[in-house]
Amino acid sequence: MPAESKLMSMRDAIARHVPSGSMVLLGAQLEQMIPFAAGHELIRQSRRDLTLVGPISDILFDQMIGAGCVARVMAAWIGNVSAGVGYCFRRAVERSVPRRLEVVDYSNFTMAMALHAGALGVPFLPTYATLGSDLLKKNGNLREFSSPVSEEKLVAVRALRPDVAILHVQRADSQGNGHIWGSLGVAVDGARAARKIIVVAEEIVEPEVIASDPNRTLVPGFLVAAVVHEPGGAHPSPVQGYYGRDHAYFSQYHEQTRRLEDFEDWLAHWVVQVSDRQEYRKRLGDGRVESLAVKEHAFSAPADFGY
Amino acid sequence: MTSRSEPDLAARGYTFSELMVAAAAREIGDGELVFVGMRLPMLAFLVARRTHAPSAVGLFENGVVRETPAAELLYTMGDPPNLRGATQCGEMTGVMALLQQGRVDAGFLGAAEVDRFGNLNTTWGYRHKEMQRLPGSGGACDIACLARRTVVMLAHERGRLCERVGHITSPGYGTGNGWRRSQGLPQASGPAAIITTLGVLRFGHDGEAYLASVHPGVSVEEVLANTGWTLRVADELMETPAPTDSELRITRELDPNHFWTR
Repeated sequence: MPAESKLMSMRDAIARHVPSGSMVLLGAQLEQMIPFAAGHELIRQSRRDLTLVGPISDILFDQMIGAGCVARVMAAWIGNVSAGVGYCFRRAVERSVPRRLEVVDYSNFTMAMALHAGALGVPFLPTYATLGSDLLKKNGNLREFSSPVSEEKLVAVRALRPDVAILHVQRADSQGNGHIWGSLGVAVDGARAARKIIVVAEEIVEPEVIASDPNRTLVPGFLVAAVVHEPGGAHPSPVQGYYGRDHAYFSQYHEQTRRLEDFEDWLAHWVVQVSDRQEYRKRLGDGRVESLAVKEHAFSAPADFGY
Repeated sequence: MTSRSEPDLAARGYTFSELMVAAAAREIGDGELVFVGMRLPMLAFLVARRTHAPSAVGLFENGVVRETPAAELLYTMGDPPNLRGATQCGEMTGVMALLQQGRVDAGFLGAAEVDRFGNLNTTWGYRHKEMQRLPGSGGACDIACLARRTVVMLAHERGRLCERVGHITSPGYGTGNGWRRSQGLPQASGPAAIITTLGVLRFGHDGEAYLASVHPGVSVEEVLANTGWTLRVADELMETPAPTDSELRITRELDPNHFWTR
């Protein structure tokens, strides 16, 4: 008997698998393939007291903080990568607007180590990174200790096991076996560390397509709870082979969120008053979607799995 | 990076940003592994590869290893042109593994503040006497801890080159000689240079920065007046060499509209 499909709408995936209070990993591939569509659905479903985990997540973390969904953020860098600071993040930290925010500062490597430890099922992993820094002093999940096998100081990075990892992938089958290519960041460790995975795919393909290139299967379907088919779901971040980065959108966000009332207008226009990703794409307009499309394909050479 | 750039461009034929790119490129040796970052350091890496360091290898925190320039100007290291034609697209732990092994020769870092011992702050800023939350470390703390040497680039302002940073996001020489070892940081690591809009600072054996060169047309007095501590000056103070014709030509090919080199 064929396995039951895990395909569902973004609305259902978020409703079933991401309750308020969850620890959610987003933006595991750094500036590529950030699951904006999932973040916007979390905002629309009024999730509260989330803990956000991720190295960077560009402006998605800023939006979710501004929308009041977030109690705690565990990250290495929070802002707008190509335009500068995140104003919602600043308002939350400096003035508790719209609510108080706990920030747990990591470096990129210690965030990767925390997820790697979670993936390996051990309580911590050692590193030299952050020795001497104020990150080590202030982040309770980083603890200095003496090496048991050498005369050295090390930092124990406590394992993180997010409740849910939301991973955007290029293609997946209906069981959630997902192909990712491009910058991987912490996606592989993040997928293994999380208790549950939601896969968001640009394309749904037959299982044979995934099985034809198992080295590229970085998300194994048996760990996946839900599969969402959401073309354009990572906009304005890029998806290699599908669309480019909408640089203008990031600078416009920077300009349009400097003041609190302007952010509220931004949020209403792009998230709250939008029912789903199709409507979001309509708001972007055909011209804008078209301008980001792949201009010149660059296919890799096929790998022979024959024997 | 400074309002002085435009008149300087007319008088000298290059901007201070272009001079900083050339100075940064010269910090990269041939065959070295380099954590590149974005903006001016990215341009510096590409200039170095096309001049004196043709076999330098660039590493990016998203897991990308790259030896050739991307075909388009990059806004982030995850832009599609940076992945196409890369040597490797791997995981973050892959490039960080090389860093922690001590195999990465140089890393470039920006900062909101740097102090006399090369400690960097990118977490908290102060403006109009109010605390401002900044984005944080990213990979900077990792690179500052683990690269064999780091090069810092920032605009030279009194508020940004300060006696003591309010928050050590990325450690330099702490409080001076011996501090890094006492913290457990690797023997061969630490800041090598601070390249600013006015000059280049280097570090003595005691871990304190000194003025090693001033950019053409900049006086020592101007540097000292814009530095938040009593900056030592090298006995044999140099003038930062102007960008060569080929360094300038390559920089402008890479950034034709002066997006990064205003």
